[in-house]
Amino acid sequence: MTFNKAKAYELLYRARRADEVLAEIVKEGRIPLPIHLSIGQEAVSVGACLALKKDDVVFGTYRGHALYIAKGGNLKKMFAELYGKATGCAKGKGGSMHLIDIRAGVMGMSAIVGTGIPNATGYALGMQYQKKKKVVVNFFGDGATEEGAFHESLNFAALKKLPIIYICENNRYAISTHQSVRQPELNIAGRARSYGIKSKVIRGNSTLAIYQEIKKAREEILKRGSGPIFFECLTCRWRQHLGPNDDFGPGGRDIKEVEPWIKNDELLRVGHLLSRKAKKNIETKVEAEIKDAILFAEKSRYPAPKDLWADVFAP
Amino acid sequence: MKQRIISYTEAICEATEQEMARDSSVILLGQGVDYDRGLLGTTKGLVNKFGSKRVFDTPLSEDGMTGISIGAALAGLRPVHTHVRMEFLILAMNQLINIAAKARYMYGGAVTVPIVIRTLIGDGWGAQHSQGLHSLFANIPGLKIVMPSTPYEAKGFLIQAIRDNNPVIFIEHFKLYAEKGHVPKKPYVIPFGKAVVRKKGNDITLVGLSWMNVECQNAARHLEKTGVSAEIIDPLSLNPLDINTIIKSVEKTGKLIVVDAAWTSCGFSAEIVARVAEHFRTRKKILAERIGFAPVPSPNSPALEKYFYPNAEKIARVALKMVRGKTAKMSFAADKLDSKSGMTEKV
Repeated sequence: MTFNKAKAYELLYRARRADEVLAEIVKEGRIPLPIHLSIGQEAVSVGACLALKKDDVVFGTYRGHALYIAKGGNLKKMFAELYGKATGCAKGKGGSMHLIDIRAGVMGMSAIVGTGIPNATGYALGMQYQKKKKVVVNFFGDGATEEGAFHESLNFAALKKLPIIYICENNRYAISTHQSVRQPELNIAGRARSYGIKSKVIRGNSTLAIYQEIKKAREEILKRGSGPIFFECLTCRWRQHLGPNDDFGPGGRDIKEVEPWIKNDELLRVGHLLSRKAKKNIETKVEAEIKDAILFAEKSRYPAPKDLWADVFAP
Repeated sequence: MKQRIISYTEAICEATEQEMARDSSVILLGQGVDYDRGLLGTTKGLVNKFGSKRVFDTPLSEDGMTGISIGAALAGLRPVHTHVRMEFLILAMNQLINIAAKARYMYGGAVTVPIVIRTLIGDGWGAQHSQGLHSLFANIPGLKIVMPSTPYEAKGFLIQAIRDNNPVIFIEHFKLYAEKGHVPKKPYVIPFGKAVVRKKGNDITLVGLSWMNVECQNAARHLEKTGVSAEIIDPLSLNPLDINTIIKSVEKTGKLIVVDAAWTSCGFSAEIVARVAEHFRTRKKILAERIGFAPVPSPNSPALEKYFYPNAEKIARVALKMVRGKTAKMSFAADKLDSKSGMTEKV
């Protein structure tokens, strides 16, 4: 399996454009908040998911649109979910923060920072117990590493040598609070290492670099039973924490911090690897898909009143 | 048919063993489950039988480990996770309330979370090792909560809980561990949501949860001597709750006491009284009382404990007044009113 740059571009473009379009729809008031856009961070999800097989499983966070798309989640069902429609991936009950697509290996996302980490770890325990040849990849932010559940999970995963890859998407911010205000030591990968977990920082927001590392890690886990492997991927969120706009200026971030990342846009960098025609074909295809997804969502019915009572318990 | 008498502890152990033998997706984890003593006897011998992949001790990470059990359940396992004190569940509240209770609903029915959380309440041991916190969980849709009070129900409920496709909080009581009773050897399930009438009576309805049902039975024996006939109901399951059996009894007696192994304020006893009141409205005059812990943290000194926990004497006094009027008096030989059996070993 070599790096498929066309596929990488397609996923990056789909994730970027889906969020850009969603931002406009939110501004028009056609989709209710909350919405946490992935714009700027797509390379982490795309690079990692390119290295995975369909039946590998990912766990993400409330900022999970890019991950859902990168792992192959159904786009129509995602849009319908955000519109609160019965045809959504969670039947309209979850919304933007709780995307799920079991068939694509996207497990449910959680809105409470850090809560998905033990769930992903437990899933890996299940995989190990059932001797399944697949890995779990768990995505979370830098803020999640401040939660007790992060440490408790890493401790257990290392203890049991679980088949899990942890990916910290470090965008340096919890809402508008910089990592340095929250953590005395910025080296998150170092903290993972202290549990005896092989850890590495991946700089540069590079799809290719992340792909290569995850591919190697996956093989190490499945072929050599290495146990958990940890990556801290430095990245940048371009928009505000919550909502469709940016957060530059008073009370938010300094635009100077974000500018270099925008200048080095990974979408453009990967696009440059393709011919103009190949690029255009992908873009045309994805734009049509997004249009279809919006149409599907807008035409779908809302849940019926009786649906309020469905799925509290499993039969 | 010959009765097969075993203890509550043995019933729990037997249920776990039979389900683990039947279904390889059942695992057992928690602090002390693989000790020789086997978590006060409830998991004795299971690690030898099923191995350390299926029966294992955990790091002291209640939040993380509960989340890990949930994750394993999402992957198709059926974890039975023990928390030897109910207070430890407070550390796991986030996972239980934000994930376990909601996953199926908020993901539109795409997942199931078949976990059993076994936990323990009990008298004594001070402020942080004795609380009955079931009402906190009973407030949350999406959790099934059961409090079996006999060995027979302990086994049938635990097997039901393990086979159930939803999170079940299975609440045991230290004082019940020594209780003995008839338990069939063969595996069986008792469906949740059916209350049991422990004793028929006409004058007053006593509803007791967990160990408090035993106290109600002791109280009823003494009430019998003064000519008061109490009907005793054990709800057994808080969610789902069988309120109809209670309503049917109150229809007959017009008087209700709910005794909880917990505080009464915003507690499950209040829930039962409220539902009964909502049912009868103005159609029937009902007298209702709640009895529970004194509204203070649990003290450690035995001198104070006796005022803190409800007991048979208190229940009988309140019942008598409700039936005979305010001036009714009853003499008690306190020693005889003590629980019919008690916890002999505290671990």
